[in-house]
Amino acid sequence: MPVDKVTQVGQTKPLHGEIPVYAQYTFGIAGERFFREIKDKGRLMGARCASCDLLYVPPRMYCERCFGELSQWLEVPSRGFVHTFTISHVDLDGNRLREPIVVAMVKFEGVYGGIVHRLGGIGRDEVRVGMPVEMVLKPKAKRIGSILDIDFFRPVVG
Amino acid sequence: MRKVAVVGAGMTKFMRRAQETGKELAWETAKLALDSCDLTIKDVDCVVMGTAPDAFDMVHMKSEYLGDGAGAWRKPYVRGFLGGGTGVFTACQAWYHVASGMFDVCLAVTEEKMSSCLPHPQGAFVTCWDQFTESPLGTSLLWFFAWEMNRYMNAHGITQREIAEVSVKNKKNALHHPCAQLPGEITVDDVMNSEIMAWPVKRLDVSPTSDGAVVLVFASEDFAKRITDKPVWVEGVGWCLDTMYIGQRDLYYPKYVEYAARMAYDMAGIKDPRREIDIAEPYDPFSYKELHHAEGLLLCDKGEAVKLLLNGETQRTGRQPWCPSGGALGVGNAIAATGLMKVAELFWQLRGEAGGRQVPGKPRRGVAQAWGDEMQVGTVVVLGV
Amino acid sequence: MSEKIKAWPGTPLSEKDIREKRILVTEWQPNLKYAWDTGAGYGRYFAELKKGKIVGTKCNKCRRILLPARVFCEWCFRTVDEWVYLKDTGTVNTFSVAYTGTAAERLKEPRIPALIEIDGSDGVAIMHLISDVDPWKVKIGMRVKAVWKPKQKREGAITDIEYWKPI
Repeated sequence: MPVDKVTQVGQTKPLHGEIPVYAQYTFGIAGERFFREIKDKGRLMGARCASCDLLYVPPRMYCERCFGELSQWLEVPSRGFVHTFTISHVDLDGNRLREPIVVAMVKFEGVYGGIVHRLGGIGRDEVRVGMPVEMVLKPKAKRIGSILDIDFFRPVVG
Repeated sequence: MRKVAVVGAGMTKFMRRAQETGKELAWETAKLALDSCDLTIKDVDCVVMGTAPDAFDMVHMKSEYLGDGAGAWRKPYVRGFLGGGTGVFTACQAWYHVASGMFDVCLAVTEEKMSSCLPHPQGAFVTCWDQFTESPLGTSLLWFFAWEMNRYMNAHGITQREIAEVSVKNKKNALHHPCAQLPGEITVDDVMNSEIMAWPVKRLDVSPTSDGAVVLVFASEDFAKRITDKPVWVEGVGWCLDTMYIGQRDLYYPKYVEYAARMAYDMAGIKDPRREIDIAEPYDPFSYKELHHAEGLLLCDKGEAVKLLLNGETQRTGRQPWCPSGGALGVGNAIAATGLMKVAELFWQLRGEAGGRQVPGKPRRGVAQAWGDEMQVGTVVVLGV
Repeated sequence: MSEKIKAWPGTPLSEKDIREKRILVTEWQPNLKYAWDTGAGYGRYFAELKKGKIVGTKCNKCRRILLPARVFCEWCFRTVDEWVYLKDTGTVNTFSVAYTGTAAERLKEPRIPALIEIDGSDGVAIMHLISDVDPWKVKIGMRVKAVWKPKQKREGAITDIEYWKPI
């Protein structure tokens, strides 16, 4: 059956549309507490599973392994180390960033999990896997209860 | 194929907006379901997940996200997605995981957190319509249901007042459901006077959007008999998809529900569902849908469902109760979770554990059904003791 | 419900809890924009609409018309056999008087979306809007005709037909 073929990409006429929704997320039972601790007290908390001897950061309501409820919350020292990192040159839409950013998975001693965040106060080519880093918070007045209440992680000096 | 039973069930309250994340809803419910039959996560061999569009929770790859809360850490795990038909299909999926002999215990988890999608989850359905030939006309999902209700009324000469009795019945049934979001004593006049959304659909003809989760525990015959003396057997499963081109199927009758029902009834050896089914839980996101689906489930002739409703046969104390749970209209519509809620209702009813909603007379067989997708999928499960 | 279950989980929140910041929330606006290619079937369907014509395709094996035009028959799974021009008149199969829009917003003036069986297609319907009539006088079975946009305003889209009105 004859179908008109299009031979040039420029000849195609796509239909443009969008899905008109935005997201509003609650942090959840565990998340609510985790972020309020950062906002109000400037500290990182974890939740401990006594059966599996695991300290979850970020803390959760339950242990994914034994399925038990986690009710023991402990403060986690805000010093960790770079487990891995990348230097990103593009943004979410694929456009080139003027200044590349360093994003790391920061882990902590004795903790199951870690925090994804930006590294700051260091040149891009100086970042090393394993290097010790510490949390830098925004001033209290600027904290709203968000992962961005943490400004970035920077290398520990000395 | 091995025999498979449902041995445990749990659910959250159905709410307009939950504080819990989707993961936490899934975990709370899965834990409850396991506790209800004295099992632990170690007893679970595999997990199946049913959750409707990612867009509701506004989390991409929603099933992976929910995985740890669903107990799927380092377990075989898969998600089935059939839009509104998902919940009942999750039961079908759990069934074949165990019936095949591959696994002894399967956790069936369904979850929805629609409150994350603003300004209204309906906006996520823009491409439920054909994005080329339909969405540019400014479509709203409600228009589809209004069309179907109009066509159904027209085909059989049924009135809006008669259909409104479904809302009255189901919201009243929900008064005895501890997790119900919108139970209540309303009248036909209340329904008729409620705001017109898209004629003939009015506000009280529509179920609410909800956050919630429901979990069932499926087990092989040997395992089930070891842990309970009241296993509820999966006697039949069925599912069927029709054409997505709305103009090519007559909306007055859900043929895809009939095909799914026949598949399930054949498996269960049911020849006369009007007599052999004691309880039915057809999916009722809209008042007319309970009737529309009941006809597809072959529980009566086309156009006759309203007669059974009006003469009381489908009340909780009637000959064949429909939606004794209170349905989506009364309990709430957390899409995928609602489908499995209907299967859970059959589980509790057939074990005599439905409390204030208990259908009298020791019911022995029930059918649950869900629907959705591009509004053309039917999923059916038959449970029996 | 099962003697073992004493409490039902779930922590309901109200609009107020969020408005008054008793509960933390975070918001995100995703960039959900799309460019969809029509494909061969719809491509020709829209090109014909631009010319003021409605075209369908025909499957000779199943002896039916496919509308909107598509290149394979989903019943017998073959490519279709021919293109068929149809009329721009039809019969209302079902309709609604709608006060809600895409994101569930309330419309002040109702719209009348309808499924219209196109003459010449043997009962196959397409979706469109009815206008220029009292909404409460629309009936299933009513005869309607397409009102086209002026030629120079047509773009090759379903909106090249502005609406349908009773004949």
